Formats: sequence, C-alpha cells, structure tokens
Amino acid sequence: MVQYNFKKITVVPNGKDLIDIILSRTQRQTPTVVHKGYAISRLRQFYMRKVKYTQQNFHEKLSAIIDEFPRLDDIHPFYGDLLHVLYNKDHYKLALGQVNTARNLISKIAKDYVKLLKYGDSLYRCKSLKVAALGRMCTVIKRISPSLAYLEQIRQHMARLPSIDPNTRTILICGYPNVGKSSFINKITRADVDVQPYAFTTKSLFVGHTDYKYLRYQVIDTPGILDRPFEDRNIIEMCSITALAHLRAAILFFLDISGSCGYSIAQQAALFHSIKSLFMNKPLIVVCNKTDLQPLEGISEEDMKLVMEMKAEAMKTVMGQGGEPANEEAVLVTMSTLTEDGVIAVKNAACERLLDQRVEIKMKSKKINDCLNRFHVAMPKPRDQKERPPCIPQAVLEARAKEAAEKERRKTEKDLENENGGAGVYSASLKKHYILANDEWKEDIMPEILDGHNVADFIDPDILLRLEELEREEGLRQAEEEDDDFEMDGEELNAEEKEALAEIRKKKSLLIQQHRIKKSTAESRSIVPRKFDKNNEFTSERMGRQLAALGLDPSLAINRARSRSLSRKGRKRERSSDNHGDAMDVDMDTPSKKLRARSRSLSLSRSRSRSRPPSEVTPGDGFKDSAQKVKAIKIAKKSVKKRNKDARKGEADRVIPSLKPKHLFSGKRSIGKTQRR
Amino acid sequence: MRLEKCWFCSSTIYPGHGIQFVRNDAKIFRFCRSKCHKNFKMKRNPRKVKWTKAYRRLHGKDMTQDSTFEFERKRNRPERYDRNLAETTLKAIKKITKVRVEREAKHHALRMKGKKAKEHKEAVKELEQSIHLVKAPAVLQQDPSLTLPKMLVKVSQKQVEENNVMEE
Repeated sequence: MVQYNFKKITVVPNGKDLIDIILSRTQRQTPTVVHKGYAISRLRQFYMRKVKYTQQNFHEKLSAIIDEFPRLDDIHPFYGDLLHVLYNKDHYKLALGQVNTARNLISKIAKDYVKLLKYGDSLYRCKSLKVAALGRMCTVIKRISPSLAYLEQIRQHMARLPSIDPNTRTILICGYPNVGKSSFINKITRADVDVQPYAFTTKSLFVGHTDYKYLRYQVIDTPGILDRPFEDRNIIEMCSITALAHLRAAILFFLDISGSCGYSIAQQAALFHSIKSLFMNKPLIVVCNKTDLQPLEGISEEDMKLVMEMKAEAMKTVMGQGGEPANEEAVLVTMSTLTEDGVIAVKNAACERLLDQRVEIKMKSKKINDCLNRFHVAMPKPRDQKERPPCIPQAVLEARAKEAAEKERRKTEKDLENENGGAGVYSASLKKHYILANDEWKEDIMPEILDGHNVADFIDPDILLRLEELEREEGLRQAEEEDDDFEMDGEELNAEEKEALAEIRKKKSLLIQQHRIKKSTAESRSIVPRKFDKNNEFTSERMGRQLAALGLDPSLAINRARSRSLSRKGRKRERSSDNHGDAMDVDMDTPSKKLRARSRSLSLSRSRSRSRPPSEVTPGDGFKDSAQKVKAIKIAKKSVKKRNKDARKGEADRVIPSLKPKHLFSGKRSIGKTQRR
Repeated sequence: MRLEKCWFCSSTIYPGHGIQFVRNDAKIFRFCRSKCHKNFKMKRNPRKVKWTKAYRRLHGKDMTQDSTFEFERKRNRPERYDRNLAETTLKAIKKITKVRVEREAKHHALRMKGKKAKEHKEAVKELEQSIHLVKAPAVLQQDPSLTLPKMLVKVSQKQVEENNVMEE
C-alpha cells in the first residue's frame, strides 16, 4: 500500500541557485588545467567533457523533479482531485511540462555543441564553444525559473497536507460551518483542531485517529460547506466536497438543532438534500449536535419533519440484507460535544456501520475465497453409527509396548551414579566391561614408566625367551673377558721424576702466562732496549736468583757483571782515555757532576729506591735536555686540561650523553625572542 | 603417558618439560629444553654438536649396536593386558638395563685402553727434553739424577748474633 507521503520530495532549487550549483560542480569535478600546447584531441576532449558533464547534471536534477512530483492521473482520485482543487491541475501540469522541455532542450544543446567541438581547431575556439554551450543551457534554466519557484511552493504546501489513507476505514464529518465538527473530532481523537466562534475556522482537512474494536479508524474533519451551487464554491469548500466524493467512508452529517451556528434547520436540510448524491453507498448517520442547548424533542413541527426526511434518506443507505429495524437507532443520533453526552455512542454507531459495510463488501469480493478457511472449519457429517478409529499395525503396537517395558527395567549408568551419591561423589569404574583372560585382572593398574623407559615398549610375549638368550650371551662374554684381562701396571714414574715433571710443567705454564700478558699489551707498550731500563728490573740480584734456581753458583757471574757496570766505569770516554794516555786524565775525572753524584749515591745505598724529579731526563725518554722535557710536559698538560673539563675519557671520546637535553630546548624567555636555541 | 626422546640431544623428555614443534609437513620435533630448541632453530646439525648423543654415537664414543637395544621398540598395536606378562616385563626391564650399562662401561674401557701408556710416553719425553728449565745442563752433567737443585738462602750473621743476645 503506497503511503501518500508528499514529504519526501526533494527541494526544488530556484533558477539561479540551480545554475550556480551545477556550474560550480562542473568546475570542481572536471579537470581544470589546460594549456594551448596540448595535443588538439586532448583539448577537444577536455572541453567536451565539461559540456557533457554539465548537461548530465542538469538532466539529473530536472529528472529528479519530474519524477518525484506526483502525476495527478496516477494517484488516487481523491488526491488527484484534492491537488487539483488546491493547485489547479493545468497549472501544475504546465509547470512540470516546462521543466521537461527544458531538460530536452539542454540535451539538444549539449549534443550540438559536442558535435561542433569535434572540429574545433584551437584552444580558443574550443573554449568559446564550451562557453557558448554552458551559457545557452543556463539561459534555458533562467527562463523556467518561475516554474521552478511555483513548484517549490507547491512542494512546501504538499508536504503539509494531512496524510490520509484513502483505502482504510474512514469516518467523514461534514455539515454547515460552526455546527461542532471540530469539537467532535477533538473529543474522539487526539487531534487538536482550532475551535472558534467564527465560521470557517477550519480551512482544510484534518485527520485524527480513533480506535474501535481493536481497529484503527481515520476521522476526517472537513471545513464547513455552504449551500451554494457547485460552480460558486471556493477552494475550501471544494476540499470537503472532494473528500466526500472520493473517500469511501462513513459519513456523519452534523446538524445543529439549536441554530446557534447561525443557520436554521431548514437551511441545513436544504444543504443535505443538495449533497445527498454524494452519500451514495456510504453509511450515513445524521447527528444532531448541541442538544444541551435544544433537545431534539423540543424542536418545531416543520423542523421535525425535515429531520425525519433526512432520516428517511439515511435509512436508504443502510445495507439491504443486513438491515434490521433495530438499526433505526443508528441512523439518527443526538449528542452534545459540550457535555460529552452521546459522543461515544455516535462514534460507536459510525464505526459499527462502517465495519458492517466493509465486511459485507469483502465477503462479496473474490479475495474472500482465499481466507474463507480461516472462518470456518468443516467437519464431515457422520453418515452412520460405525466407529472408524485410526489404523495402527499390530507390530508397531507390540514394539511400543516392549520399549516401554525395557525402559523401566534396564538400569543405566546414570542411575548407578545417582544411587551412589551423585555426580561429584561417585566415579564410574571404566574398567568394568574389560575383556581379559582372567577377570581378576580388571582393576589392575599397570605402571607405564619405569626408570626412564616406557614399559609399553618392552612388552613382548616372547620376552622371557629373549631374556634367557641375553643372559646366556652375557655369561659367555664375561667368561671371555676374564681370559683377556691383561696387566696394565708396567712403567710408572717414581716420586723424583714426578716432582721434576711437575716443576717443569709449572715453569712452562708460567712462561706461557707471561708471554700472553706481554703479547696482549705489546701494541700499547713501546719496545725499549734493555739498557734503558727505567724500573731497574734487570739487576744483578735477579740474575743471581735465577741462576741459583737452576742450580748454578751465581757469584762469579755477579762479580763479573758488577765490575763491568756503568756506575763503576765511565761511558765511552773510558776507551779513548786508554789510547790518549795522561793528557786526558783530567777529562776522565769529570763526567757530569750529576751523573757522578748519582752514581756515588747509587753505589753507596743500592737497596734504597728514590723517586726522580719529573724534569730529569733519563736516557730512554727521548728528550735532549730537561728544559725540553719540561716544555713537553707543559704542553701535554695543557692539551689534557680542556678534555678533562669536558669529562672526556680521551682524545677520541665524542659521546654526547643526551642529544636533546630538555633544559636547552624548552622554556620561554622572560624577555626577548626564542628564535634560536 | 609416554616418555619421548629429545630430537636434538636424545635425552628423555619427562612430562611437563620441553617444547614440541610441528612443522608444516606434519613432522613433530620434541625438545627437552630450550637449549636444544634454540640450537635447532639455529639449524645446527646434532651430528656435529659435541655433547649430543647423535654425535657420540656417530664418532664411536658411545656403544651403537647391541642386542639390548632390540628390546626397546615402539609398538603401535597395544597388547591385551596380561598380569603375568606385565610382571615379567617389569623384572626384565631391570635386568636389561643392568646388562646394557655393563656393556657400555666395557665399551668405554675399551676406548680408553691405550691412554695410560701414551701418557707415560709423553711424560718421559717431556722430562728428557725440558729438564733444562729447572736444572742447568752444567749441574746435570755433574749430577745426572733428577733431583732438583735447592736454593740457598743467605742469612746475615749479625742478626743471628743479636737474636741470641736477646734470648739470653
């Protein structure tokens, strides 16, 4: 069932806006950059694309408008007529037609210009063609902008129309202005219609919903109708006329008994008769309202006659077959919306009548055959007294009986479990059904592991035999072994030899250790000849000790070493003095004072060690004199000072402990800029 | 429950130890501890890694072929339980292991047989060649025995006299 919801129509933009939208979209969604150096086909393609794109967008938008606006011929005649009444069908159709024409025109323009563009020979020409095409399309749109504005207005109004379902149960309320229709609908539904003392308060149709017997009924409130010839009616009245004409509903014709609406009963009756043609085939109820002001019985004779005439008319509309005299009550009812006296009765009566009528119609229609079975279950009539029960074969009955018996007799494991204390207490013996040679063995627990071996790997029916074989073999082997046993004592070292060997090995390992130490430090140690022995390692005592350890007598060697030592003799001068004789005697006696003093002190107190002043040059140092050494020391210290201040380990230490220390890279200055850090 | 053998070092894997690795071709590798597992991941060949059983067997350090190994074989069809058989099997296992251990000891002894003689020879040679490190050749000529020379410690006379005086 299509819901007549006109709220979903997209907004119709006005002409200018539509042009803006489409042109800006073209600009955004198509490539924009083109140079005159490009290949001509590329230029043509570029501009053709733009023209095509614009045309497509216009086409889309206009098609959307045309499709979404309802076609008055295709919708329910009620809505068709309603829209015609409100907006004038011709005008509406014309507007949509214009939009359609515009769409076709734009397509034609695009086609023509694309054809022309195929032969454009320069950038400028292609561009002008494109400009012309787009311009013409926009002019077309500009020309239809009044239609677009009109359509937009219609759309806005349509969106606010009440959503009336023309096919469901409907109750229509009609009558003169001010008789109390809106008050009634306010009473029975949740609708909130304006109720005012002046006529034509309700200017359009209003819908409310009410329930009766678990079904939902639409209640439609119409603007008041005046008694005028058809042609003179205004739009508002035409709304109600349309509703009356097209909606298949129960009609409540309201009658103001008291005349406080400003119209007499005679006038209202006249109206009734003029529109009674519209009441064909619809359940009609004449409702006399405002009985609090004037009860029905109290009206005049003529008025009563008129009312009875109306009632008679109403009776005619009651269904033929189901029509019983009891329904007389349901044709003319009185009520008062002010005192709410009889309001519910009216509603019930209307709903009842409508329901009956709809059911009748449904019963007569073809569709009823599909759901007829839901109303009635047919039972065959017994033709004789014979009983015919269902037929079950004997075997099946026997099997059923046996199964039932078995179920009772057999004891399951579950039963056993329950007997012995339930799930947590009893643990079933899984070994119960084992098939073994001897039933005593059922509950045996066999070890799976023994001494790091899997017992299952050794199991063999022949294991005894094999074990015997093995033992035999073993016996044989042991016998052989005893024969083969040989002596292994033989050569052995005696204690002396052992001691000597141990010493030798110790000495050797010491040598190796020393060599290794020397080797590892060789690269960072300078090789200084032995004669420049700074630490006085190579002394004659040492030599003496080593020789004694080997068993030799060192005294001869020591004496010889001492006699040849430097401290006793001079240096090179010694040799020359022998050659030159006495003339050089003087020189011999004056080697450098320091050397002499030093050597004297050395020879006197050899055992005491003495530290030298740093500026003193020892022979192995590499300095010419002490002044040079002092300067060298100074320079060395100077170079080390800076590194020490930076806490560097040495020359090559370039480690930066933290690359981006936070205190240098963060913080604002209290004054000035922080442009560099 | 079964005791498995480590694929790398061939030691037994007791329950709760080690890792099993299943390769995409469905071959299972069991390892007794992470040492073996990590060696495997490094793609080391156990036959080249000195401390594994595979190496030792391959290089003849351990006994390879023996009838005692025939007893232990993985059987895929379980035998029906027989109490007598189980008893005898358990006793047999003990005997078999004893025999095997003895045989392995024999193998090891056989392997180590010539060691004493060799060591002796080496010691003699070393003594002969390197004696000069502890005893000077001159001394050796005078005294051909292998007694080591003693170091003489000189004690000064004056101190000795002083001590005597103090004692008195």
